[in-house]
Amino acid sequence: MSKIIEGLYYSESHEYVRVDGECGYIGITDFAQHELGNVVYVDMPEVDDEVTAGEEFGAVESVKAASDLVSPVSGTVIEVNEALEDEPGLINKDAFENWIIKVQLSDMSELENLMDAAAYKDMIGE
Amino acid sequence: MNNTYYGKLIFELSKEGRCGYSLPKNELDNYKMSALPANLMRYEAPCLPEVDELTVVRHYTNMSNNNFGVDTGFYPLGSCTMKYNPKINEDMAAHRDFTCLHPLQDVDTVQGALEVYYNLQTSLAELSGLKEFTLNPFAGAHGELTGLMVMRSYHASRGDDKRTKVIVPDSAHGTNPASAAVCGLDVVVVKSRPDGTVDVDDLRPLLDDTIAGMMMTNPNTLGIFEHNIAEIAKLVHDCGGLMYYDGANLNPMLGVCRPGDLGFDIMHINLHKTFSTPHGGGGPGSGPVGVREGLEQFLPNPRVVRHEEEDGHHYTIENNDNSLGFISGFLGNFAVVMRAYTYILTLGHENVKNVGPLATLNANYVKESLKDCFELPLTGVCKHEFVFDGLKDKSTGVTTLDVAKRLLDYGFHAPTIYFPLLFHEALMIEPTENESKETLDSFIEVMRKIAKEAKEQPEMVKTAPHCTPVRRLDDTQAALKPIVTYRELVNQE
Amino acid sequence: MNFKFFPHTEDDIRSMLNTCGEQKLEDLYKDIPEELVFKREYALPDALSEVEVRRFFDDLGSYNMPLTCFVGAGCYDHYSPSVVNDILRRSEFLTSYTPYQAEISQGTLQYIFEYQSMMAELTGMEVSNASMYDGCTATAEAMMMAVANAKKRNKVLISDTVNPIVIRVVETYAKFHGVEVVRIAAENGVTSRADFEAKIAQDDVAGVIVATPNFYGILEDYTGWADLCHEHKALFIMNCVASALGVIKTPAEWDADIAVGDGQSLGIPMNFGGPYVGFLCTSKKLIRKMPGRIVGATTDADGKRTFVLTLQAREQHIRREKATSNICSNESLMALYVTIYMSLMGKQGLRDVNELGYSGAHYLAEQLCATGKFEMAYPDKPFLNEFAIKTTLNVDDVQSQCLCAGIQAGLKIADDTLLMCVTEARSKAEIDALVEQVQQLIDEEEN
Repeated sequence: MSKIIEGLYYSESHEYVRVDGECGYIGITDFAQHELGNVVYVDMPEVDDEVTAGEEFGAVESVKAASDLVSPVSGTVIEVNEALEDEPGLINKDAFENWIIKVQLSDMSELENLMDAAAYKDMIGE
Repeated sequence: MNNTYYGKLIFELSKEGRCGYSLPKNELDNYKMSALPANLMRYEAPCLPEVDELTVVRHYTNMSNNNFGVDTGFYPLGSCTMKYNPKINEDMAAHRDFTCLHPLQDVDTVQGALEVYYNLQTSLAELSGLKEFTLNPFAGAHGELTGLMVMRSYHASRGDDKRTKVIVPDSAHGTNPASAAVCGLDVVVVKSRPDGTVDVDDLRPLLDDTIAGMMMTNPNTLGIFEHNIAEIAKLVHDCGGLMYYDGANLNPMLGVCRPGDLGFDIMHINLHKTFSTPHGGGGPGSGPVGVREGLEQFLPNPRVVRHEEEDGHHYTIENNDNSLGFISGFLGNFAVVMRAYTYILTLGHENVKNVGPLATLNANYVKESLKDCFELPLTGVCKHEFVFDGLKDKSTGVTTLDVAKRLLDYGFHAPTIYFPLLFHEALMIEPTENESKETLDSFIEVMRKIAKEAKEQPEMVKTAPHCTPVRRLDDTQAALKPIVTYRELVNQE
Repeated sequence: MNFKFFPHTEDDIRSMLNTCGEQKLEDLYKDIPEELVFKREYALPDALSEVEVRRFFDDLGSYNMPLTCFVGAGCYDHYSPSVVNDILRRSEFLTSYTPYQAEISQGTLQYIFEYQSMMAELTGMEVSNASMYDGCTATAEAMMMAVANAKKRNKVLISDTVNPIVIRVVETYAKFHGVEVVRIAAENGVTSRADFEAKIAQDDVAGVIVATPNFYGILEDYTGWADLCHEHKALFIMNCVASALGVIKTPAEWDADIAVGDGQSLGIPMNFGGPYVGFLCTSKKLIRKMPGRIVGATTDADGKRTFVLTLQAREQHIRREKATSNICSNESLMALYVTIYMSLMGKQGLRDVNELGYSGAHYLAEQLCATGKFEMAYPDKPFLNEFAIKTTLNVDDVQSQCLCAGIQAGLKIADDTLLMCVTEARSKAEIDALVEQVQQLIDEEEN
C-alpha cells in the first residue's frame, strides 16, 4: 500500500506538485519510487531552466530501469534538490519529503488538469 | 581452481623495474625524442603495470578460468544465437597473408582480401534475397544505424523530406528505437497482439506520408513468425515507406525464407550470430547491411567493386557520390569477414539449408519438454527461440532471476531474462542447431530440478548461485557510487 | 544431415519431432505462408573440407602482397607480442557473450576494468568506457555527447588537421543526427588559432574536436584552447593516437573534456582495416553522458571484490530512443588485446616504442631531404613518427618504384606530398632500402 498525501496535485505519470504560494515542489510519488526500486541517480535540470507541463525535465534511474520525469506544470526552476545528487536513495526513504525541483509556476490554472489524492488513489488501484 | 595471487588486478602484481617486452636495439639513437619541445610532452608517465611475461600469461589465463563461453557449455541465451565458433575460422582469420595488410596499401596488392570481401557480399545477398551488401558496419546496432541512413538517403534523393518517422513494434529490441534516434528519426510504436505479432489494425492508422519506414524482426522477439508479413510490407510500401529487417533473428530462416522474398528492402545481418563468428565477450562483431535493387547507390563508402576483364577479374575500392557517406574508417571488421566466409565455405549450400530447421527443432523440443513446469504464454510452434513467463508455480516467490542464477550452479549459462518486456518474468531460450539431444536433455533435466527446488527449497534458489567463482553482486552499490578505474579503487580503499 | 556441426542423428530428429507432436521438420514451419518459403537450392559453393578451406585461403592469399609498410594515417604497423595472440584465442574469452551474468563472467569484467584503468592512465582522464568500435565512430559518439550535453546547441567545430578518414565519419553521423559540423581552417599544418577564436566566440558551439598528433603527425600547441572552449560553454574533445599518448602531452594535461581515438596503435595487427578498438575517456562529471558499456567495481554477497556492468540505465535496452547512444556492445576482445599489450609494455615499453619510431622517422625524413628532391611540408613543426613530405619527383612514380621492391612508400595526400610513418617494426635497413629505391628513380630520371 503506497502512501498518498492529501492536498497535493498528482499526474498520470506519477509526479506530484506541492503548491506553496506561487511555487510548486515537484517530485515522484511513493507509488512510483516503489515501482522503480532503489534509485541510483536523478537527472535534474538547472536553476533558471524552463519546464513545460507535459514535457520531460529529467529522469530517475534505478539499476535496471529508468523513468522520465514529466513536468505536471509549467514554470521556471528556482531550486533543485541538491541532496539528491549525493544521496538519490532519499527518494526511496520518503518520496514526498524529498522533492526534486522547485518551480515558479507560470500558470496556476494548469493545476486544474491534475488529479487530487482520491483520484490518484483510484488510478493506481489502491 | 584459481590461484589467488594471479587473481588480483594486474596493477597489484606490478613491481618497479620489471618488464614484459623486448624491442630491437635503436640503431639510430642519435635521433632523440628529447629534442621535442618539453611543453608538448606528457609531464608524468602513465601509471601502467610493470610485470614480467610469465606473470602476464598466468594472470590472464587465471582470469579466463572465471569466464563461461560456448566452448565451456550450453549457452541458451535468447536472441543472441550462441552457436559454435569453429576453430578453422580462427586459423583462417589469423592467416598472415591477410593480417599483415594495411587498409590503405596499394589496391593491386590486396586483391586476395578484396575477393574474400566481395564473395561474402554476394553470398549474403544470395542468402537474404537482396541485391547488394556492404560489410562496413562493425556490429548489429551499427548496421541498423547504417540501414536507417540508407532509408533516409533514399527519401532525400526523391526530395521527400517529410518522412521523419519510423515505426517500431513494442516488442522490438531497444536498439531499434535507439538507432532511429541517433539517425534523427522519430519513433512511432506499433502494438503487438497477444501472440506477439504486429497488430495490423493498430498499424494502419499510423501509415501516412511522414513514415520513412518500419523496422521488424521476423521471427519476432518471441520466436513467432510474423505470418502477416506480406500484408504489412504491402501497407508500408503503399504509403511510400521502406521495410527494414533486423537480422538479429535470421538464424531460423536459413534454408526456409529470405527477407528479400518477404518484402524487406533493407536489412542487417549479425555475422557473430548467424555466421558463427565469436562474440568475444561483447565484440568485435560485424553487421553487414544489404539492400534491394535500386538502393545500392546509397550504401556507405568505400565499396568493393569487381570488374570483369579479358584475362580474369580485378577488384577496386570505390566511392560513390550518392552514398550516404562513411560510417567506418576502412572496410569494417575484416578479420570477422574472414571467419564468416570460412563458415559459409565449410557449410556449403548442402548444409546451410539445414541450419534453420535444426535450430527450430531444438527450440521446439526444449519448449515442449518444459512447458509443464514453466509458464508458456504462447503455444504452437516457435522458431529458433521461445519465451517462458517464469515458473508455472510462483507461490514460493522464486523469480526468473533466481532460476537464471541457479542454472549457473549446474554449469549452464542462463537464458536471456526479463526481455521481451511483454511478460513480467520473461525467460527467453535459444538453443542453436549445434546442440545435441543429450545436451538439451541434460538442460531439461536441470530446469525441471530447479522447478522442484523452487517449491521445496525456495531460499536456496533465491540465494543462488552457490558454486560460481563469485556470488551475487551488489549492483546498486556499483551504480550509486561508480568506481571504474584502479586509481579510483585505490583512492576509495 | 551428416555434418560435423550438426549432432542430430535420424533417430534424434524422429524422437524430438515426436515430443513436439510433429511428423517432419517442415511441419515446424507450417505457420509460414507457402508462397513465402524459399524452395530452390542456394547458389553457393559446395561444402569444403578443412584441407580445401586452407588451400582456398592459401591460394587467395597469394594475390595479396605483404609490404614493408611506411604508411600510418590511422593504422600503424606496430609489433604484436606473441603473448597477446595466444591469450586472445582462449575460448573462455573468445566464445563468451557480453558479461550480463556477472557470476560467471568475472574474466571479461575484470579485464575490461583493467582496460578502463589503463586507458584512463594513458589519456590522463578520470574515466573510460569499455571501448567502442573504432576511433572514427568513437569521435562521432563524442560529437553527439557534446551536443547532448549542451542541450540547446547543435554545432560542433572540427579542425582541418584531424585525419580526414575520421572527419568524414563524423560528418556522416552529423548529417543524420542533425548536427552542424563546421571546419576550423588549417594553416601551415596546424589548426588556425584565429579561425578557432572567431568561431567559438559565436557562443553557439557544443564541442570542438582537434587531434594530437594531428593528421600530418604534428604535435600542435593547444595552450589556452580548453579555457576558451569552457569560457564559451563548449566541450574540448581530442582525437589521439593511443600509442603516442605514452609520451606526448595528454588530453587531461591539455584540460580536454573528452579524449577519443583508436587503440589499434597499441599492437593490434593491421588486419586490412579491422577489428580495432575505439576509446572514449572523459571526466567523472560527464560519466552519465558517456556512451557505451562501463564496468564498475563492487562486492558480492560474501564481500569479495568483484566487477559488474554498471550505469546500464543510460543504455539502449532500457532507455530505448532516449539512450545516450545506440551502441549495445563494446569491442571487448580488442580491449583485452590492448590491455595485455599495455601490461607487457608498461610505461617504459611505450616510451621505447615511441623513441624507436621517432628515431626512424627523423632519419627517414633527413635521408629523403638529402636526395635534394624532397623537402618537409611543414619544416618548423615538431613531429613524433609520422610526417608530410613534398617532392619534386612524380609521387606516383615514387610509390610504384618502391612497390616493385615490396615497399609501401607512404600515403599520397596531395599531388606532390606523401605522408610517411615509421614504427619500431621498421629497421634501419628497411628505411635505407626505401631511400635507395628513391635514389634509383632519381638516377634513372637524370640519365
